[in-house]
Amino acid sequence: MGNPQSVLLLGGTSEIGLAVVEAFANDRPMRVVLAGRPSARLDEAKVRVEKLGCAVETVDFDARALDTHADVIRKAFAGGDVDVAIVAFGLLGDAEKAWTEVDAAVELATVNYTAAVAVGVGLGERMREQGHGAIVAMSSVAGERPRRSNFVYGSTKAGLDAFYTGLTEALRPDGVGVTVVRPGFVHSRMTEGHTPAPFSTTPEAVAAVVVDAVRNRQEQVWAPKPLRAVMSVLRHLPRPVFRRLPG
Amino acid sequence: MAHTGSLSGWGRTAPSTARIVTPRTAAEVAAVVTAAGPRGIIARGLGRSYGDPAQNAGGTVLDMTGLAAPPAIDADTGVAVVDGGVSLDTLMRAALPLGWWVPVLPGTRQVTVGGAFGADVHGKNHHTKGSFGNHVLAMDVVTADGSIRTLTPDGPEAELFWTTVGGMGLTGVIVRATVQLQRTESAYFVVDTDRTRDLDELLELLTDGSDDTYDYSAAWFDTTTTGAKLGRAVLTRGSLATLDQLSPTQRRDPLKFDAPQLLTFPDVFPNGLANPATLRAFSELWYHTKPRRDRGAIQNITAFYQVLDLFGDWNRVYGSRGFLQYQFLVPFGEEATLRRIAERIAASRHSSGLNVLKRFGAGNQAPLSFPQPGWTVTVDFPIASGLHRFCDELDELVLYAGGRLYLAKESRTTGANFRRGYPRFDEWRKVRDATDPEGVFVSDMARRLGLTS
Repeated sequence: MGNPQSVLLLGGTSEIGLAVVEAFANDRPMRVVLAGRPSARLDEAKVRVEKLGCAVETVDFDARALDTHADVIRKAFAGGDVDVAIVAFGLLGDAEKAWTEVDAAVELATVNYTAAVAVGVGLGERMREQGHGAIVAMSSVAGERPRRSNFVYGSTKAGLDAFYTGLTEALRPDGVGVTVVRPGFVHSRMTEGHTPAPFSTTPEAVAAVVVDAVRNRQEQVWAPKPLRAVMSVLRHLPRPVFRRLPG
Repeated sequence: MAHTGSLSGWGRTAPSTARIVTPRTAAEVAAVVTAAGPRGIIARGLGRSYGDPAQNAGGTVLDMTGLAAPPAIDADTGVAVVDGGVSLDTLMRAALPLGWWVPVLPGTRQVTVGGAFGADVHGKNHHTKGSFGNHVLAMDVVTADGSIRTLTPDGPEAELFWTTVGGMGLTGVIVRATVQLQRTESAYFVVDTDRTRDLDELLELLTDGSDDTYDYSAAWFDTTTTGAKLGRAVLTRGSLATLDQLSPTQRRDPLKFDAPQLLTFPDVFPNGLANPATLRAFSELWYHTKPRRDRGAIQNITAFYQVLDLFGDWNRVYGSRGFLQYQFLVPFGEEATLRRIAERIAASRHSSGLNVLKRFGAGNQAPLSFPQPGWTVTVDFPIASGLHRFCDELDELVLYAGGRLYLAKESRTTGANFRRGYPRFDEWRKVRDATDPEGVFVSDMARRLGLTS
């Protein structure tokens, strides 16, 4: 009844991702695969999840190394079926460098979009084979309408959002669910030092929304939920008005 | 003959997608079994199991309802030879005019013969007649190697026979069975009803020896009331009526089997319709429409036994989120646990309208057969947040008391909790693995609970 027994987190140190894993594990211990770059932070994450009674394994995963992704997915599924896979890796980057320096722009696009597509293909293939499962993709409201302040980040999330929205339809006949999550400003390591936008939220609050969405097989959710209406208005504002909005 | 489709159990939770094949002969079953892919194969009957034993994500599911030739019944001996996909409803309609009765009927007749074996189902007469497996003289099973084996309860392959009874389809596909039917003079029951103030009074009535004078016995009890009314109940007990007990009108056609389906529920019910308030109202009404004490009423099978069979697709009332049926047993002597569980349910945010308590008799020798001497309780919870955690707490009470869960109803427990209730699991597993070393037979339930490798 929507109690996952195994969860794969791509972006094994992602705060939102770990909050989702913890929210599921609070109900019942599970088998957890954390895929991330080997680091002290990944080890800490492993310990944190193990404390909840979960059996945790880690898989080396570098989002930049696109040609290794097929292997990463293979290893992540080696221990058995994966009930929920969370695509939670991503960079915020330096917004100004991201549109003025080509390396910074390409890195953001590679990690946030190209890598997300690469793992999405792999996840789709595996989940079709097992005939069940759920994929959670962390998008962002920044992808809904590009703003001057962080449009490169926004463009990568727009791409990710479109890919996983389409994947939702493609995998539906095989009984695989996809949930695209659009959080607003989340207080986390990633946004440290940035001024919070209205409707800012926390990883735990986003996790609660995600867990509900997976249980109810919702395909698109905002976190916090009122952002859905807010973004609907913002999307339709004339540019001269939108431009003058703060943030 | 094959298509891809989404399947779920009767509780409508956790659907998964599989290739569905509908074989028409035992040979076709064998052909599909030997051609099963890496995700394996499982047989499915009428889908009345509540959880996931008859679905197989990414693999093959055999829709056995295509293997359902009319039953062959020997009118003199009551021995019926039945295809695995035949429903107990069909079997009963064929047997009754000849004066024979299906010895074990679960709460619905809409289950297949194969499913009845696979889950070793029981009925309100368990304390006098045991479970379905007790009445099987022989069965033909397609095993993983594609051969068709005839198994008998005490023949050379008795071990595999008892592994298949209650084995949830994980030893092979039941294509045919020989069942010993029971003689009856009528299709009616003589029924006594007792309404009790509370759970204690109910348990007293069930243990004062009177229960053994009835072939059939079960109680509905209230889990929405607390305090002095905790577990107030309606106990109905009866036996098949003999000719002299019927009215002159009934006597003219004593074997008349009148089981209409009044209506089929459309798939339009919102989530949350079955909520604590409506369930409390339902329970109040149900309790008070029953007589305090009634003796010798003549009732037909739907009135006495299978009220829900009056309605098609009644599970839709619970909305798209579905519901969870929780059935467990605790051994005799654990009445305090029963009371604690009733208190827990009444005090929780989770309500159940349909609660059944029954006293079990002796179990049979099948390692995974559910019934054992003790009390079995069934409750229906609408899916709500926190329910899984609540059920985990109930598991702990049940298992601590030396009880167990019923796989035909199970949809959410852990492998460890399942095994705690079934100490003979390893014995079962050994025989199963020997007949299917490659793990051809597998289901979502088998993967979830680690029943196969």
